[in-house]
Amino acid sequence: MLLRYIFFRALMLIPVSISISVVIFLIVHLLPGDPIDNLIRVGSSTEDRKTLVLKYGLDQPLAVQYFRWIGAIFQGDFGEAIVLRRPVADLIAQNLPYSLRLGGAAFAFSSIAGITLGTISATTRSAIVEIIMRGFILLGSTVPGFWLALLMILFFAVQLQWFPVSGAKGWSSLVLPVLTIGFGGVALVARVTRVALLDVRREDFVTLLHAKGLPSRTILFRHLMPHAMLPVVTILALRIGWILGGAVTVEFVFGRPGLGSLLIRAIGQRDYPVVQGCLLMLALAVMLGTLIGDVAQAAMDPRIRETKK
Amino acid sequence: MLEVRDLEVAFGQIAPLCGVSFALEKGETLGIVGESGSGKSLTAMSVMGLLPLSGGRITAGSIIFDGQELTKLPEAAYRKLRGGRLGLITQNPMTSLDPLQKIGPQVDAVARLHLGITGQQARARTIEILGTLRIPEPALICDRYPHQMSGGMKQRIVIAGALAADPDLLVADEPTTALDVTVQAQIIRLLDDLVKERALSLVLITHDMSVVAQTCDRVVVMYAGRAIEQGPVEAIFAEPQHPYTQALIGCIPKGLSEDEHLVGIPGTVPTVMNYPKGCPFHPRCIRAEDICTKTSPSLLPRVDGAVACHFPGAAP
Ligand SMILES: Nc1ncnc2c1ncn2[C@@H]1O[C@H](COP(=O)(O)OP(=O)(O)O)[C@@H](O)[C@H]1O
Ligand code: SF4
Ligand SMILES: [Mg+2]
Repeated sequence: MLLRYIFFRALMLIPVSISISVVIFLIVHLLPGDPIDNLIRVGSSTEDRKTLVLKYGLDQPLAVQYFRWIGAIFQGDFGEAIVLRRPVADLIAQNLPYSLRLGGAAFAFSSIAGITLGTISATTRSAIVEIIMRGFILLGSTVPGFWLALLMILFFAVQLQWFPVSGAKGWSSLVLPVLTIGFGGVALVARVTRVALLDVRREDFVTLLHAKGLPSRTILFRHLMPHAMLPVVTILALRIGWILGGAVTVEFVFGRPGLGSLLIRAIGQRDYPVVQGCLLMLALAVMLGTLIGDVAQAAMDPRIRETKK
Repeated sequence: MLEVRDLEVAFGQIAPLCGVSFALEKGETLGIVGESGSGKSLTAMSVMGLLPLSGGRITAGSIIFDGQELTKLPEAAYRKLRGGRLGLITQNPMTSLDPLQKIGPQVDAVARLHLGITGQQARARTIEILGTLRIPEPALICDRYPHQMSGGMKQRIVIAGALAADPDLLVADEPTTALDVTVQAQIIRLLDDLVKERALSLVLITHDMSVVAQTCDRVVVMYAGRAIEQGPVEAIFAEPQHPYTQALIGCIPKGLSEDEHLVGIPGTVPTVMNYPKGCPFHPRCIRAEDICTKTSPSLLPRVDGAVACHFPGAAP
């Protein structure tokens, strides 16, 4: 049943991927500016310019360029970076691990801390703890991440010198970027967990579980949490893409290598193949995220497994 | 077996239940009737000790179960009683089971917890109970999820959960209200049989006087959070003393309309926010006098029961 669900859900990704690739291609090609301008040195002839245009196929109709691009991608060829003059696949392979490490750590941080805080805030009997939690959730959902990043750099990196200001050496360099990306996520996940727990606690079946004499802790972990995790999983799945996207600017601010830094640099240089390659990877991450989220939900909820085939 | 005396319940400042008293012997069925909002569910939740779930608390009175004062029972001891000696069935079987878990484990949990049996034994017991409740193919049903079952089947499964540890008292809060008419009769008959076979005591909450007439030994009539009349079913039906009880019995053939309002009695049920002063029934009572609007009638004894009315007696 679950395998069937996964198969059909994955099938739905095909039309989505096609439209996304078209959109990425068009955005990049319809942007004003020309990568060739960045390549040619002052004083080169129009002849030089023409050979470059021909070399990268920029004279062909857009449709031809698109199919060439897609066709090559299926053979693992993302093209050649115009400015950096290296295969885009190499550039991505070089930068991706940094992004995955940062994204993975930020994801783990926001889910673990978010679910824990949300659960505590929904179940605590202490009014003070509750107020602190709600204050944190409110703060985390309203304070912009970049502002927080600057504050943290100033305080922890410049003032206290606990962590490096920038770079990607060692685990300590991960701490500030992860906090920056993850903080909003922690608040969001905590809020969703809290609301979901408070909601499901009012359901009739929970009253009946109490009427069966089950201890509150058993009810919380065996019955309430699985229900509360349904919306949390949806949020987290959307978050996978968001975290990689959010990492784009954070990588840049903290001077870390990664897809984000690569993308921002490539945009500045109008390096089409690199921009396309990076955007495609980010889009892929978003799609995989929603797929994983949906499959996880189906694994948890028998009603979904049956209705959405 | 169960004795409730002068029970009062409050949520913060509002007090939706006051002065509810009744008693129930082993093997007896007690009916609690009243329009919706009259405090039937609150009475059930008080007995189960589950008021704190919705933020309520017992402010006065006592609930004595098998010689034990429940209102002062520590939570840990109460938890042993719940599911163990006290079983609860609620109104809506559609929402009474955990939709994410298979049926078997949900019923097993009760015997595991209270009888200390595990794995295979608990499952065998579950299958046996599901069988007694006339659920076809009980072994297969254990691996199904609640949404795959009909309302009537789900209610049987809820009953199985309540019975799994052989309780002495079952509290059934409108167990058939959410079901089809044909299924309603089956469930009521099932409960009636269980009481006879297992020497079970049953508190059957309903707004249907004809169900009370068929299945109950005693009846408590509730209105605006009070028990206004109670006694043995035969006595109450033969000689109702309270005008409200008389009206309830008077409209049995007509039944209750969809929204559970009495067809035969003009006016509406007061809510907690506007419980009338004096006798809560006076705005709708044909027998009301000046005193009824001022002072609340106290309980007067009647044949093996009590009535709360300034002018009790046979209908004029
Ligand atoms: N959690 C609550 N907080 C405040 N008032 C409540 C609560 N639960 C029930 N009540 C009030 O108590 C009264 C009796 O409710 P209930 O026992 O559910 O009635 P019944 O089961 O007879 O329909 C109603 O007027 C209702 O508004
Ligand atoms: S006390 Fe008065 S108002 Fe209340 S039921 Fe009796 S006669 Fe009617
Ligand atoms: Mg009710």
